[in-house]
Amino acid sequence: MRLEYFRLIDRILEFDPVGRTIQAEAIVPTQSTVFEGHFPGYPLMPGVLLLEVMAQASGWMIIGLNGFTRMPFLAAFKEAKLRSFVTPGQSLTAKAELLHEGSGYAMTKAEIQVDGKRVCNTEITFRVVDFPNPAFRASMEEVAAAIAFPMETLNHG
Amino acid sequence: MASTFDTVVNIITETCDIPRDTIKPESHAINDLGIDSLDFLDIAFAIDKTFGIKMPLEQWTQEVNEGKATTEQYFVLQNLCTRIDELVAAKRA
Repeated sequence: MRLEYFRLIDRILEFDPVGRTIQAEAIVPTQSTVFEGHFPGYPLMPGVLLLEVMAQASGWMIIGLNGFTRMPFLAAFKEAKLRSFVTPGQSLTAKAELLHEGSGYAMTKAEIQVDGKRVCNTEITFRVVDFPNPAFRASMEEVAAAIAFPMETLNHG
Repeated sequence: MASTFDTVVNIITETCDIPRDTIKPESHAINDLGIDSLDFLDIAFAIDKTFGIKMPLEQWTQEVNEGKATTEQYFVLQNLCTRIDELVAAKRA
């Protein structure tokens, strides 16, 4: 997890284009300036960043499902629940499933687990549009390679 | 069995907290009911799910932007319901 680059997903563990699900790993750094303020002497992963982890996991799933042709942009969270504190060094497993793929939008359901226990969950709405420019798409493909997105699974369903 | 209009009204009231008696067949979802584009995604989601269709929102938006259609054709509720009925019929065909 590279908080300074807002790159929160470390690795795609599983992408199922038929079941329309994804699992990703995100390891909370042991040290970050974020924890100096949130909170002094009691470092906690901010809840908004946990929401972002779920959004990024969902986003990779949507990109994978559309074959890296369109980009999802976060539009709304629904029924977000932060159930447990998350602390530096913890390994998060983000899971997402596609609820609906509409025309120009998508809905997902996502959660994060730590040691098999759900620590937060939400439903997410994305606007899905063509990549604004080829460089943007290329950069997403670079990140996909860095986080081991299974490109071989594309065009499967 | 509820009409398409009644079903859409139910969806709008549940999604946007708009009083039922203010929603008429001739109401424009955006101009009269004040539904913004984000709230309309929730409505579209519910309509897609309820009717088993995929409303072509991007195509409609493109047609409006290119001057080939007006927003009234798609977002006045009685017209929206007609479009929904057409999509349902096309799916069954």
